[in-house]
Amino acid sequence: MAERILIVGGLVIDPARKLEAVRDVLIVDGEIREVAAGLSKKSALAGAETVDARGKWVIPGLVDMHVHLREPGREGDETIATGTAAAARGGVTTVLAMANTEPVTDNASQLAFLRAKAAQDAKVNVLFAGAVTVGQKGERLAEFAKLRAAGAAALSDDGRPVMNAGIFRRALESAKDLGLLVIDHCEDLNLSSGACAHEGAVALRKGLKGSPWAAETVQVARDIALVELTGARLHLAHLSCAASVEAVRQAKKRGLPVSAEACPHHFCLTDDMIPGYDADWKMNPPLRAKDDRAALIAGLADGTIDAIATDHAPHGCAAKSAGFDTAPFGVIGLETSLSAALTALYHTKALTKRQLVERMSSAPAALLGLKDKGTLAPGADADVAIVDPDASWTPEAPFLSKSRNTPFAGRRLKGRVLHTFVAGRPVVHAL
Amino acid sequence: MTNDWVLKDLLGLERLGAANIEAILDAAASFKKAPSPELLAGRTVAFLFSEASTRTRSSFEAAALRLGAECLSFSAAGSSLAKGETMLDTMLNLQAVGVTHFVVRHERSGVLEDLAPKLDACVINAGDGWHEHPTQALLDLLTLLERWGSFKGRKVVILGDIRHSRVARSNLFALRKLGAKVVFCGPTPLVPDAFAALGVQVVHNVEEALKGADAVNVLRLQLERMEQGFVPSLADYALAYQLTPARAGLMKPEALVLHPGPMNRGVEIASEVADGPRSVILEQVANGVFVRMAALALCDQGRARG
Repeated sequence: MAERILIVGGLVIDPARKLEAVRDVLIVDGEIREVAAGLSKKSALAGAETVDARGKWVIPGLVDMHVHLREPGREGDETIATGTAAAARGGVTTVLAMANTEPVTDNASQLAFLRAKAAQDAKVNVLFAGAVTVGQKGERLAEFAKLRAAGAAALSDDGRPVMNAGIFRRALESAKDLGLLVIDHCEDLNLSSGACAHEGAVALRKGLKGSPWAAETVQVARDIALVELTGARLHLAHLSCAASVEAVRQAKKRGLPVSAEACPHHFCLTDDMIPGYDADWKMNPPLRAKDDRAALIAGLADGTIDAIATDHAPHGCAAKSAGFDTAPFGVIGLETSLSAALTALYHTKALTKRQLVERMSSAPAALLGLKDKGTLAPGADADVAIVDPDASWTPEAPFLSKSRNTPFAGRRLKGRVLHTFVAGRPVVHAL
Repeated sequence: MTNDWVLKDLLGLERLGAANIEAILDAAASFKKAPSPELLAGRTVAFLFSEASTRTRSSFEAAALRLGAECLSFSAAGSSLAKGETMLDTMLNLQAVGVTHFVVRHERSGVLEDLAPKLDACVINAGDGWHEHPTQALLDLLTLLERWGSFKGRKVVILGDIRHSRVARSNLFALRKLGAKVVFCGPTPLVPDAFAALGVQVVHNVEEALKGADAVNVLRLQLERMEQGFVPSLADYALAYQLTPARAGLMKPEALVLHPGPMNRGVEIASEVADGPRSVILEQVANGVFVRMAALALCDQGRARG
């Protein structure tokens, strides 16, 4: 007998189909079968498992295209199992795992191994990025065709920019031939050298070495020129400053195939909010100024920034307590991303609910070429989140992630994921 | 001592009120008048210095000894810190040995903020990264106060590598609280304009900065700043920013010249100025001992009251 789940009475938000209405959603054997009003009254569906979603949102599962799962190499901080459990808790049903593992995922055999490991351990769908250069050293291109054959979903040296423009140009050209998306972490290492915070009054006061916003924008501008030169698609990771947003806006106006993402910490928080020297507030790029935060929100609202991604970057407590300047960069975010976005974007009326779901689900799914994800259209994978947009809660450790390095700990957020379904299976059920 | 001091630590001057800063200066002045050789009898002061220091460390040791405390010397190299122990564990162990005061210098800004609340012992910052060096600023202030009686309406120029200077930051925080006007001067790479947000006037022309000043505090230009590209060469810096007799003459006639040391004669300061009549550089060093006596004693009082 077919496995049937009926989600009843929720506000279905499916930006890909411009749908925003109270509907019942029928899931059969892991696929969306039907989205319509009054399904629960059909006698043929008597006996289906029902989930009451009245007063809640029913949205396509979130697609987070920027996640670090730390496997292999740093399983003490996170694993595929724990990272994907955290994802499910946050309504994220598909993640793109970055390649800066130890060793770097720069070859087909490791990528194939990771896909097999994920098939066994993962609670949500896991896609893997392959590295752009061997060892992410920025010197020699990784074998893109082999990586693609092994199932790489994108290419990125995230965590380290490819500083050599000549090599990055060749990477874009080869990736274009293979139809692979390149994702770049934009940072000019000569401008950011040794920095641990945003360059500005806050870092000056605290005696911390700052990285100027231009360290990012210089590289964004370079990348845009290389996109124009090569015609390749390029996605810019974790934009953090106003000038970068403006550069992407202008590039899009000229029709260049550039896309961009922003992280919840960057559009929720600013450098002046960092308590003392708490390294749970340290990430790269750093929290910047109020104008930068406002520009990110404006960019998300007008579509300059296509996607919201977490840059979920787990680090253990010992590493994070090594002091602000020496602690590693990165914060976790999978369990709080939707709540943070609802708090900072939806409840402030900067984005509509449909725009928010688009940035977190349908847009990143489209960027990664995932036709059956990011939508609740009949036939799509039944990756679904049920959300209470008004539930207030305060994230606190312990988390499902193995790590607890998040600036959102102890901060009140409005909006929470109640249920998450992956391929029709309930992975998270209401608390 | 009669004062309202209740803090067991002296981590910086940014978060101290004017009354607390004045309490330290008052206590230092009274130690200068009347010794107090038994005040800290039975106390043990440990020195944790992960950066080299001659002046500050010997000054703190002299201060501790003059108050009757014992000193425990400790160097990071060859210690359990070098064996991977965390700083907190090292300090907890030394506290268990009987240490009542830690005097700490560390290359990392803000390192003591999380550690100090976890210890019963007093923690006194002897310089953390580029962040603060409170006793250095206090001895600068004591030296000025002895000549001036008050900071109200005074203009103090801090000249040199301010980006990397904990002395400049501590001086700024304290001088502003006591009513002085502070001007930062130096080339933009070493004195970024963003400092203005901290309530300081940023001036890149040294003549303009010095005009009408009541004092100038000259900071050392470290050799490595040249390698890091902050200045083209020491000679080039000296041409544009060295405190020469002519430039010193732009200040008020009775204006004072300070330098926290160590000095690079002929780089940031001309010898004629360093050794000239305006210079109070050795007075600063002498006052350092009294300021550190005050810091040790007040924090001890705070520890007892806490």
